[in-house]
Amino acid sequence: MIRKFIGVAFVALMATGSAWAADVKPAIVYGTGGKFDKSFNEAGFNGSEKFKAETGIDYKDFEPQNDTQGEQAIRNFAKRGFNPVVALSFAWTDAVAKVSKEFPETQFVLVDSVVDAPNVRSVVFAEDEGSYLVGVLAGLKSETKKVGFVGGMDIPLIRKFGCGYVQGAKAAGATEVFQNMTGTTGAAWNDPVRGGELAKSQIDQGADVIYAAAGATGLGVLQTAVDAGKLGIGVDSNQNHLHPGKILTSMVKRVDVAVHNAYADVKDGKFTAGTQALGLKEGGVDWALDDNNKPLVTDEMKAAVEKAKADIISGAVKVHDYMTDEKCPS
Amino acid sequence: MSVPLGTLPRWVNFGLLPLINVAVAFALSGLVVLFIGENPIEAVKYLVAGALGDGEGIAFTLYYATNFIFTGLAVAVAFHGGLFNIGGEGQVYLGGLGVAFAALTLDRYMPWYVTAVFATAAAFAFGAAWAFIPAWLQAKRGSHIVITTIMFNFIAAALMVYLLVNVIKQPGNMSPQTRLFEEGGQLPKLGWLMQVFGLDIGAAPFNVSFLIALVAALAVWLLIWRTRFGYEIRTMGTNATAAVYAGIPYVKTVVITMLISGGLSGMMALNPVMGDAGKLQIDFPAGAGFVGIAVALMGRSHPVGIIIASILFGVLYQGGAALAFDMPNISREVIILIQGLVILFAGALEHMFRPALIVLFAPKPKSVAASSAGAA
Repeated sequence: MIRKFIGVAFVALMATGSAWAADVKPAIVYGTGGKFDKSFNEAGFNGSEKFKAETGIDYKDFEPQNDTQGEQAIRNFAKRGFNPVVALSFAWTDAVAKVSKEFPETQFVLVDSVVDAPNVRSVVFAEDEGSYLVGVLAGLKSETKKVGFVGGMDIPLIRKFGCGYVQGAKAAGATEVFQNMTGTTGAAWNDPVRGGELAKSQIDQGADVIYAAAGATGLGVLQTAVDAGKLGIGVDSNQNHLHPGKILTSMVKRVDVAVHNAYADVKDGKFTAGTQALGLKEGGVDWALDDNNKPLVTDEMKAAVEKAKADIISGAVKVHDYMTDEKCPS
Repeated sequence: MSVPLGTLPRWVNFGLLPLINVAVAFALSGLVVLFIGENPIEAVKYLVAGALGDGEGIAFTLYYATNFIFTGLAVAVAFHGGLFNIGGEGQVYLGGLGVAFAALTLDRYMPWYVTAVFATAAAFAFGAAWAFIPAWLQAKRGSHIVITTIMFNFIAAALMVYLLVNVIKQPGNMSPQTRLFEEGGQLPKLGWLMQVFGLDIGAAPFNVSFLIALVAALAVWLLIWRTRFGYEIRTMGTNATAAVYAGIPYVKTVVITMLISGGLSGMMALNPVMGDAGKLQIDFPAGAGFVGIAVALMGRSHPVGIIIASILFGVLYQGGAALAFDMPNISREVIILIQGLVILFAGALEHMFRPALIVLFAPKPKSVAASSAGAA
């Protein structure tokens, strides 16, 4: 049956030479933060590259400068027969909702937000759970029992990171968690200098472990923490290697896996629509342990964080999700 | 010898000179494209085809141009009064708040043309209100308007994020934005206008606010060159001391000029908020307030020049996106570089070719009297 279908597709390809016959022709539209942010968008890029390396199937990508271009690019990809089309930001929620209706044959993947449509797969991550774990590590590692959090733009998603982190740190004995957001414009994702300033002020107040969830701004946060002899915590991608031995851990959010799976599922004909909520249980978020940070993590810390992880998975510990009521208990 | 003096014929000043500037900017961009390892001719083809090749491309170009017409006019009005308003970005942002208030209140009860009237008024009022404090500080306290308006951009961003994240966000949505406006809160697309020229608008968000922008351009022309207040603005812009000596009230003129400028900026919000997205969202001005400065400089602060310059920048925005789309090696940073070169040559280095052109085209001394009488 499938063989027959492929045969038909092949004939169609020969006959029209047009785009439709290509079974998998992946395309990805990044967020306005840009492809090489060493964090969220770059994880999407890495997932795409991995797929390309494995299968030899090339993909096309686009970095929009503004919101209008995002929708335009998503539509252009769909129009030119790309499938699946991955939209890598909550900012494209309405765009995907609109375009997925216009192209019911195309499969769309939306990361970080939800659109309920028969041809859209929405992938959301439990950043609160992952942040809780790195919060536990921060709370245990801190000598002053004061830890810091530097967010990017002050939006609900980043508050969700901060909220999970606070809960984890407090559960592990931190007495104070300093929280700062870098800014209120898109520039907040790409302002390492200001990120560094915020980290410095938190260090001056006594913080000795600082978690950055701020895109490229986080690079400045980590640099400052390391320069001051303190510890940083990376985000989204595994950033432990940026300053070996000085980054306590990273909260990894497997955007790369989500993107890679989307391509692979379409290729294998296993694509499913609907919402995928990826938490600790599903391996969507986690804390990073590798050779770079091994010396920093003692066996007790490792045991404690693994216990917290097991408790969250089993439901014994409930991490409050900021998005549910837009409040954070503390 | 010093720079030769003389008045250029209008077709040189408004036509040839900008054309040379843009051509040089494109030539340099071509070198950059070559350096990246792509074919510049091919790149230009993609750029032009993407922006002007089909109905949808043209409609996108005009959609972006609409933004720049508004902000360009805003900068121009202030500029005629000797004021450099670089707060367009913040004024647009606040204008969007006005549009959203009108649309969210009325969209369920009124048809779009009623909502549009209120939205336009609210956009103007909110943008103007945001320009009021810098204007007042300039007029009364002498705080430099360049500094205050740019600071107000940041205050506007902070205020809007606060409002969108904490106050008017649609609950349960990841993205900080209002609910979608119903039909009564959306400006209709100009598909019919494109059809007149036998073009298909496609999915482009080209909408009625383009017409509003053209009306605004006409109104600015009337204001600046056909009213007494426009004369006062221009007098103050030429020589504020002389204007005060002549009895033109300084404080009042500065404040009202800035209110008009801010209001025009605010009206830009109609296009992205009511004409395209149908919702108020974070960062929707996306730099259009700053492009307005370049547009006003390039258009010589004249409405016709501003419309032409806006369309050029619309081409760069839309064509640039198409170029980045079709030539993956050309990243969006390169597109920004090309836009920057155009701004550099058309705005900042505007005087580079002027002396040579004056030598070539300026009327000979004996006809100076005649030509200066004809110059406005």
